[in-house]
Amino acid sequence: MRLYRALLHLYPVSFRNEYGGQMCEIFRERRRDAANPLAILALWIETVFDVAANALRVHLDILAQDLRYTARSLKNSPAFALTAIIVAALGIGASTSAFSITDHVLIRPLPFADPDRLVRLWEDQSPQGYDQLEPSPANYRDWKRMSASFESMGAYANYAANLIDSGEPRQISGAGFTAEMFPVLGVQAMLGRTFSRDDDRPGAPGTVILSYAMWKSQFGGDPSVLSRRLILDNQPYTVIGVMPPHFVFPDRQTDLWTPMRFAESDFQDRSNNYIYVVARLHRGVSRTQAQAEMRLIGTQLQRQYPKDNVGVQVDVSDMRAGYYIPNRSRMLLKALLGAALCVLLIACTNLANLLLARALVRRKELAVRAAMGAGRERLVRQLFTESLVLALAGGALGVLLAVGIAPLLVTLVPNSLPISGQPSFDFRLIGCAALLTILTGVGFGVIPALRASSLDSAGSLQEGARSGVGGRREKLRGALVIAEVMTSVILLVSAGLLIRALWRVQSIDPGFRSAGVLTLRTSLSIVKYDKTVKRVHFYDTVLSRVRALPGVQSAAYVSFLPIVLKGGVQPYTVEGHPFPPAEFHNAYVRFATPDYFSTLRIPLLEGRDIRESDSADRLFVCVVSESFARRYWPNESALGRRIHFAFADRTIVGVVGDVKGRGLERSAEPQIYMPYKQNSDEMLFYSPKDLAIRASSNAMVLMPAIRRIIHDADAEQPISSVQMLSDIVASDSAPRAIQVRVLGAFAFVALLLAGIGIHGLLSFAVSHRKQEIGVRIALGARPARILRMVLREGLALAVAGIALGAAAAYIAARLMESLLAGVQPDDPATLLAAVAVVLGMTLFGSLLPALRAVRVDPITALRSE
Amino acid sequence: MADHQPDALLPLPPATFHILIALADGDRHGYGIIQDIAARTNGELKLSAGTLYRSIQRMLEQGLVIETRDRPEPEFDDERRRYYRLADFGRRVARAEAARLAKLVEMARATGLAPRRT
Repeated sequence: MRLYRALLHLYPVSFRNEYGGQMCEIFRERRRDAANPLAILALWIETVFDVAANALRVHLDILAQDLRYTARSLKNSPAFALTAIIVAALGIGASTSAFSITDHVLIRPLPFADPDRLVRLWEDQSPQGYDQLEPSPANYRDWKRMSASFESMGAYANYAANLIDSGEPRQISGAGFTAEMFPVLGVQAMLGRTFSRDDDRPGAPGTVILSYAMWKSQFGGDPSVLSRRLILDNQPYTVIGVMPPHFVFPDRQTDLWTPMRFAESDFQDRSNNYIYVVARLHRGVSRTQAQAEMRLIGTQLQRQYPKDNVGVQVDVSDMRAGYYIPNRSRMLLKALLGAALCVLLIACTNLANLLLARALVRRKELAVRAAMGAGRERLVRQLFTESLVLALAGGALGVLLAVGIAPLLVTLVPNSLPISGQPSFDFRLIGCAALLTILTGVGFGVIPALRASSLDSAGSLQEGARSGVGGRREKLRGALVIAEVMTSVILLVSAGLLIRALWRVQSIDPGFRSAGVLTLRTSLSIVKYDKTVKRVHFYDTVLSRVRALPGVQSAAYVSFLPIVLKGGVQPYTVEGHPFPPAEFHNAYVRFATPDYFSTLRIPLLEGRDIRESDSADRLFVCVVSESFARRYWPNESALGRRIHFAFADRTIVGVVGDVKGRGLERSAEPQIYMPYKQNSDEMLFYSPKDLAIRASSNAMVLMPAIRRIIHDADAEQPISSVQMLSDIVASDSAPRAIQVRVLGAFAFVALLLAGIGIHGLLSFAVSHRKQEIGVRIALGARPARILRMVLREGLALAVAGIALGAAAAYIAARLMESLLAGVQPDDPATLLAAVAVVLGMTLFGSLLPALRAVRVDPITALRSE
Repeated sequence: MADHQPDALLPLPPATFHILIALADGDRHGYGIIQDIAARTNGELKLSAGTLYRSIQRMLEQGLVIETRDRPEPEFDDERRRYYRLADFGRRVARAEAARLAKLVEMARATGLAPRRT
């Protein structure tokens, strides 16, 4: 019997209270009727199934009933329902997308098979100042041969190449892969195959594997692309495979992969460091064990090649740690996460406030239902269902929101990672956010309503029983609004500081004038243009015709425009200024044609520009930047001084202004410009690629003519990166602009939510104090007084929130000081602006309820009670 | 409760119809209903307690039955028992269901699916 009673607990409490006793009675009678043990057993089996099936159905009946009731009650208060759903959606949507992108970039393992066993191998040349240097092919071959810790080891290198298929030639970025690379990463081709050892043999026919994006864009996703032939840098290649969409390696820019082949000559020079090495550890071998083994091998190789491998060791590093995630990206993601948490917090407090207000309003309704015999349990279930429906509707909308804003967040994923730009949606995160909202909904929707409905149901039913305004609950609601104001102040101040930082960065002088300068790139093939003289002919042809175009003021070629390539430096020596041994000083290597300085409006401070007459058979000259000249000849002219740079002794003939080569916010090495004709054939990487054209009118309209000129000079030459120089400069501060937009959006949402919160609280207070206000008006209080009374209430909450918020905002600003580009965390202008916005919002939020209070008609107000 | 249109509730779940029939003769308590149904069906249908009270709960809500306060003589009564009575609405619904079923059987007869009346 006790067992049966326990079984009955599967039923809802209300049902059990109602019928439990009688069901026990019936069971007892049946039990008595059962004659033998077999019949008893049969009765028990039947009973267990019966209870389980019927209990479930009773639960479902109640759920259906509650849902119907919820639908009806929400339909009766659409404003409440809509506000609650939108508030929940904003909270869930914002936090889900912020969490998922942070997880994607910073936390989740790389998208390769068994990523924990993947490591990168570097040459550790700490004595020379490089702890992670690209290995040379010779050392790679020896490591691979001598080590036992790895299941497999492969190498790759990036390159840019000119692709000629049908249509315009275009520049692509490719990666040379040894045959082991794909198996090391544990990925398979989506179509066709990956490389085999045969593809690596010198002299084998060229094979190429396409990235999914390349396959889609260049070949329209044609499945018959396999065995198609392409021309890359004048060499024929056959397409043998297409990789799946999620495979982006070494980075998202990679369009295709070709086999990396080493000739015997590649192994001669151990200081030829240009490949990247990835290896997969044997199962059960730790990275530390592998590191220890590689140290021994490093020492052995040092002994074997005392000249080449002096001070060369091996570094085995974690694959993810091997990726450089810029500190600023990291910081930005954290700021984003913080902002999302703030919004979620505000959304929850707002939801809590809404539900608290509703619970008070419904006190009477609940008391009536309780008086009519609805058990406490039924009321809880009803309220629970209602909160759940709201949270789920909000959650669904929130997920839609998150999916909608995901493409906007792609710009926050650093390019350097081998992960796709779009995080895949993680339903655990959505679940977490939904759970939080549900908890909020239940915590603030069910419990207070219940407390209101219990005990004093008789009191609630009495006519004129005032719904609990004042007292503890009112204080709680006030505290919640203060928290909302506080959080929005934090977000506003953070966003404001970032805007100031953006302005400050944008006003930094890059050292050149970018307006009206059109730029494009023609990377000449190293195979076709293997000598500087061949290149000079191309540049001269193009430049002479471009300069003749109407509206063109000047045009010039340079190795790399500033900011486009942030690096590109080499060590130099200065005659008469010997450096201590093992000390390096670097300067930018740039080869330029005449007119480069005038095209970019880089001021010529002393001496002369590069001339056409500075040819390979004349004196090797160079133009240096101001900081370089001042460093070595602070009080005298640098003209006529000699330096050794880029494989030659060069005489300084001019001094120009410094340029922010590494971007607006970073200090850059000094620049050394050399005549394009005085380049050595070993430095073709630095031979001019970027064409800059200063035009008096809209330069973009010149593009068709420029394309024709380049086509005439070399029909197979692709043109890439057509953009205005001002866009290049803007792109340098683009991450900042994005930060500002993202944080600004969060701040706006927070402000909106806080406004809704204040408005909700005050309207509620006003409608429940109608009687009091009516009495005041009846006793002669002037409208202005009533208005002041309500506004003061809103203001008191705002001031408390602002005070707390300002303090918290200062702490937040200190934490993100590195993002602020020198703007002080306690910047008074920003703080004042944020306070003004919040006060404005408070006023706006309180105005409607205040006006409603003024319009209270004392007679109706008093009669209604 | 419902729209007081008997047709709105048709067809009735079998258990509900049986309970209505069992209450047609007079008020009964839960176990009495079970026994009555078992007797009428020669023991073929034995409602379980769960099915019975789940049905009764719904029938109370729909207004088919009411809980009665008239109780038998104390010596026959057990105070834990609750007695149920067929409501007027319940009687109308039961009649409508019976008519519906009769019409169905009539149709079956017309096509030879059921034995003709002798």
